[in-house]
Amino acid sequence: MLVSIVFIPIGVVSLFASRDVVEIIDQYETECVPQNFRNDKVSFIQSNANKTCTRRLTVTKLMKKPIYVYYQLDNFYQNHRRYVKSRSDSQLKDNSGWDEVSSCKPEDMSNGQPIVPCGLIAWSLFNDTYNFSLNNQQLAVNKKGISWKSDRDRKFGRNVFPRNFQNGTLIGGKSLDPTVPLSKQEDLIVWMRTAALPTFRKLYGKIEWDLQPNEVIHVTLENNYNTYSFSGKKKLVLSTTSWLGGKNDFLGIAYLTVGGLCFFLALSFTVVYLVKPRRLGDPSYLSWNRNPGGH
Amino acid sequence: MTRVGIRAKLRLSNLYTFTCLRPRATEEGAHSFDGPGYSRIVLCNQPLMHNKKPFKYRSNHVSTTKYNVFTFLPKALYEQFHRVANLYFLGAAIVSFSPLSPFTAESMVAPLVFVVGLSMAKEALEDWQRFMQDIKVNNRKVKFHKGEGVFGNRSWKKLRVGDVVKVEKDQFFPADLLLLSSSYEDGICYVETMNLDGETNLKVKRALEVTLPLNEDEAFKNFTGTIKCEDPNPSLYTFIGNFEYSDEVYALDPSQILLRDSKLRNTAFVYGIVIFTGHDSKVMKNATKTPSKRSKIERKMDYIIYVLFSILLMISFISSIGFAVKTKFEMPHWWYLQPKNTDDYYNPKRPVLSGIGHLITALILYGYLIPISLYVSIEVVKVLQATFINKDIHMYDEETGNPAQARTSNLNEELGQVDTILSDKTGTLTCNQMDFLKCSIAGTAYGVRSSEVEIAAAQQMATDLEDQDVERSTDFRQKGKQLEIELESVISKDEMVLKPPIKGFSFQDSCLMEGNWLNEPNADAIMLFFRILAICHTAVPELNEETGSYTYESESPDEGAFLVAAREFGFEFFKRTQSSVFVHERYSASGQATDREFKILNMLEFTSKRKRMTVIVRNEEGQILLLCKGADSVIFDRLSKNGRLYEEDTTRHLNEYAEAGLRTLALAYKKLGESEYSAWNDDFQKAKTSVGADRERMLENVAEMMERDLILIGATAVEDKLQKGVPQCIDKLAQAGLKIWVLTGDKTETAVNIGYACSLLRQGMKQVCITAINSDAREVVKEDILSQITKASQMIKLEKDSHAAFALIVDGKTLAFALDDDMKRHFLFLAVQCASVICCRVSPKQKALVTRLVKEGTGKTTLAIGDGANDVGMIKEADIGVGISGVEGMQVCYFFYKNIAFGLTLFYFEAFAGFSGQSVYVDWYMLLFNVVLTSLPVISLGAFEQDVSSEICLQFPALYKQGPKNLFFDWYKILGWIGNGLYSSLIVFFLNIFIFYDQAFCAGGQTADMDALGTTMFTCIIWALNCQIAFTMSHFTWIQYLFIWGSIIMWYLFLFVYGMLSPTTSGNVYQLLVEVLAPAPSYWMATLLVTITCNLPYLAHISYQRCFHPLDHHIIQEIKYYKKDVEDQRMWSRERSKAREKTMIGFTARVDAKIRQLKVKLQRKHLSSEIHGPAPSS
Repeated sequence: MLVSIVFIPIGVVSLFASRDVVEIIDQYETECVPQNFRNDKVSFIQSNANKTCTRRLTVTKLMKKPIYVYYQLDNFYQNHRRYVKSRSDSQLKDNSGWDEVSSCKPEDMSNGQPIVPCGLIAWSLFNDTYNFSLNNQQLAVNKKGISWKSDRDRKFGRNVFPRNFQNGTLIGGKSLDPTVPLSKQEDLIVWMRTAALPTFRKLYGKIEWDLQPNEVIHVTLENNYNTYSFSGKKKLVLSTTSWLGGKNDFLGIAYLTVGGLCFFLALSFTVVYLVKPRRLGDPSYLSWNRNPGGH
Repeated sequence: MTRVGIRAKLRLSNLYTFTCLRPRATEEGAHSFDGPGYSRIVLCNQPLMHNKKPFKYRSNHVSTTKYNVFTFLPKALYEQFHRVANLYFLGAAIVSFSPLSPFTAESMVAPLVFVVGLSMAKEALEDWQRFMQDIKVNNRKVKFHKGEGVFGNRSWKKLRVGDVVKVEKDQFFPADLLLLSSSYEDGICYVETMNLDGETNLKVKRALEVTLPLNEDEAFKNFTGTIKCEDPNPSLYTFIGNFEYSDEVYALDPSQILLRDSKLRNTAFVYGIVIFTGHDSKVMKNATKTPSKRSKIERKMDYIIYVLFSILLMISFISSIGFAVKTKFEMPHWWYLQPKNTDDYYNPKRPVLSGIGHLITALILYGYLIPISLYVSIEVVKVLQATFINKDIHMYDEETGNPAQARTSNLNEELGQVDTILSDKTGTLTCNQMDFLKCSIAGTAYGVRSSEVEIAAAQQMATDLEDQDVERSTDFRQKGKQLEIELESVISKDEMVLKPPIKGFSFQDSCLMEGNWLNEPNADAIMLFFRILAICHTAVPELNEETGSYTYESESPDEGAFLVAAREFGFEFFKRTQSSVFVHERYSASGQATDREFKILNMLEFTSKRKRMTVIVRNEEGQILLLCKGADSVIFDRLSKNGRLYEEDTTRHLNEYAEAGLRTLALAYKKLGESEYSAWNDDFQKAKTSVGADRERMLENVAEMMERDLILIGATAVEDKLQKGVPQCIDKLAQAGLKIWVLTGDKTETAVNIGYACSLLRQGMKQVCITAINSDAREVVKEDILSQITKASQMIKLEKDSHAAFALIVDGKTLAFALDDDMKRHFLFLAVQCASVICCRVSPKQKALVTRLVKEGTGKTTLAIGDGANDVGMIKEADIGVGISGVEGMQVCYFFYKNIAFGLTLFYFEAFAGFSGQSVYVDWYMLLFNVVLTSLPVISLGAFEQDVSSEICLQFPALYKQGPKNLFFDWYKILGWIGNGLYSSLIVFFLNIFIFYDQAFCAGGQTADMDALGTTMFTCIIWALNCQIAFTMSHFTWIQYLFIWGSIIMWYLFLFVYGMLSPTTSGNVYQLLVEVLAPAPSYWMATLLVTITCNLPYLAHISYQRCFHPLDHHIIQEIKYYKKDVEDQRMWSRERSKAREKTMIGFTARVDAKIRQLKVKLQRKHLSSEIHGPAPSS
């Protein structure tokens, strides 16, 4: 009973919080492939054709700043053991560990030189880009502060610069600017925090602008990343947050359900107690007072 | 050295007719033997000869330890890896050094080392204690012959075969010795063999005639001799050997052998030669090898671990197949894994190989299903419990200052499941101290003091009547009151007695004390009665210089009690010479104190076969008297026609005494004419001096001739004081539904008497005696016993009366047959149907065998109690060597629950990670999970949990029955918990997945990565598990709070500290708690939600159970909680009495029987009063 009293309000509150969040989702992996390539998307994505693509997003409700921009990938096993292990934290942290690449196989060396940042994770960095414009006016996407502060400050070294990266025969994902230290490459930092599930969202940037209802945003995107090999979807997500985070009704519903269940149980026990009371401490329930048959 | 004086005069051997037969010291008498089994040669007084072969025998150093310095490591490791789980973890640890392992090597090895190390440390500690004990024994000092007639001290362990040793009074024999001589002239000595066979009666040993002169230190200067004898063997009652001394050969038999661990009594000193040393000695040979005691739970645990293993294998297979399929069909598309650039393990072209490789990975990954810390936590719990037992103030013996000592901690949890108790009698049940309580002389009963049984019956009656008063008519009430007063007077009278207690004498009756008996009508008979007590015995008086009174060294405590009684009545036995007994009579018809001398003409002493003892004496007037005491049945058979004057009254008294739990003996006498006596004496002497096997039989016949036509004079009743609390204890145990078997080395009568005294037997119980007939043919005996057993079983089956109780009484000889493989099933079948079982005259080995029979035959848990070394075998064999109850099964269940709840989340995650063997948790979490984060509360559960307080347990022994029923640990329960674990794992995993699926989880917009999710899940698990265990506890102390909260806090603390470490070690957990999770409300909300949801089913279950199927202890908890017991005393006590099992045995049963009797009487009185007069209130 107590549980239900606590749980139901929490559920209501979190449900409201979740409802406050405005979210725009745009799935583009098919539409951004030209009609003639639709049957063989993989060859399109591997070709050198122009991959620019424009999308229109209509704002449904008022979106207060900051508006978070996510990309969502599907069927992408960032949690595969081979993938998760293929990184070198000591290399990322400090320049002195630049040749500690033993854990990065098979993406450890290229042309006989260690790769910085090494490993499959960095190698497969997401490389689609988004540009937003509202009424022909550029909407700036702020890429600062999309990663955790401790990652920027301590985990990814200020003196570590990309080296020999995406230089081999196989090109994975995005290339990095060798003049920018890793601590400033927030896209990489976010990507390196591997997702737990094969469907995941990662932060792309923030738009520091309030969007009014029915405004239309034009997105110019570069559809570079190959998800077609494994028939994965790609989504662009614009979302505000509440104190609880993104739009997630589940937490609220779960709280309500558990609270309700508790309420129901408590109620039924009370009813049972009222209908068929068992006096607490009633000695007649002691085993020696009952039939020898029942235990 | 006061004995030296006695020695000159006393040849106590003359007292004995039957037991002290001196073998002929001639060459013909020597045993002829050779060949295997009889190869031992002892060169007396030449121990140096035994330093080299072929006469090098084992040293007297004794070791009872399991390990030594060298064997400890291999042996203890073997023991540890004997356990399936440990073996598995060893394998996992080895594999973890290869790249197949999903974890780092340290995280696999560390817990294993910790767990195994802890267990081994415990083993080492316990063995060390045994070692210290051994050292103590080995370093005991004994006097030995150094050479040239000089004796010096030497520690036991340095004693060699052939050494001559001198053992003084009340010392233990350091090895098996050949008795050479003693402080008595005729070389006899008294030995207490309590440690060997539990018999408290002193045994007489006597040296060979030829060695009697060797009774001084100097005499051993030039002494040499050779003993050829049997090889070391465990038989306590046999010995065959020859002693070559001054060119003659003498036969040796068991009566010259003093066994190690027995004690010299009543004898100032003895000289002996060491024959068997150390582990060769008979007592050590009797020591059965300690089987590694594994408790039932531990055995069951193994099964459950097998179950878990099968689950593990199953999900590993699923996972491997999944992996192989994914690798073959999907991985080629996962370009980000560079599938073309792989080694074998991930090679999509060879999915079978990678599948097999993955199987190993998966086996290790899901290894968390197997609770590695299960054994070690249970061991810690046991050690704690053992400490509690040791520290238990209620189990503290004030007299010796010894607390209870739990010598091994392996089996504590079984104590709650004991079904059958096997107890030794002596010293365990009784103090072996007899109190003269009542007597019946010439048909008149004396002695007003009540025995323990009577007092209890009276008290019970008084309270019962009080209860009934309410419902009964006033008339009856008055009657009841009247009776009550009567009863109360019995009690109060006893309480009034405040005399200084005399050991062995609790008699209280002014008619006989202080010489008042002179005024009784049968003063002559009374005098004779006292004289019999004072004369008819084999004891030796000893003057206590401090008090000036005499104490008596007697063979049996009964005799001691008789002598003390006689002394108190004014017939003080103070001197024994070769042929006379001197009695100081304080009161006589003339009013003068006189010393009287009685010449002892013959003595026919007590043997268990004869069940009587007779002396023939000549008093100062020259009259010859035969005085006899013995078991009533034996005496009554031998009465003359005119000697039956008091038979009827005495029989009635005897029955009363027996009912009151007293040991009884009848006394009789007869006057002999001079000629009659001398004629008999001639026959007797002839028989005594005859040689050959017939001798014993002849003596018996002659004795039989004399011991008849007796005149009954009275009977004695002696109370064998039980150990404090024994009747109550047996009562409680019986109420709790336990079976009690008594295994004793004592003779049948003693055992039966004790049975009466501690209420295992009572009047009206049908006794089933099974005895072996005397026959040489084994087959015949066997058949006879079998038919007896079947007949008895038949009888029990046909018994209609449900109140009828049976008692089985078996002696050792019968047992030897009954324990044969083909018989034991029948025997056991009979035995389990009897309310109590008494086995007499059993050897230590038989004790162990019986224990094993019960254990294996019934599959129940057995508990053995004993005090002496003779019980060791039995104790070792039993499941538990000594009680508490608990929820131990709960612990085990909880372990399965927690590991399943945890392990399965790993599996679910696999399904989302392409079965690649990636763990969602960081290695360190998992390492800590079993060892630190979830073990402590379980330990506190095991060690401190109590569902009801100890007083209530004692008031409701029936609560105990939940234990033997294994209520707390059965398969349904285990399945329930496994199901609960499954549920919890689902909840933990999927709720978290849904909450942290793809959306940002905090205001900063970031989404959860694998480590954030893993950490949140782990937090939920820690909370859920600790809450779960909190719900299962009903008894909280600060320790429990500390452990549960401690575990939770520890987790956060760990997370914090781990996050502070350099990111190269902590990886993605770096600053995770501080920066990522703690500020996010959804993290905390998820924790709360998951914790509650996980525990919901269990809460519902216990509420349901409490509501509809409450267990006994629940009710009692409630009663206590609402203080109902205080408000409603009547209900409380009514329930208490109802809670008592309807027992067949025990004090209560006896009291009940007595009450029934009294009630019938009362009813009759009541009826007759109604008939005779008009009833006033009807």
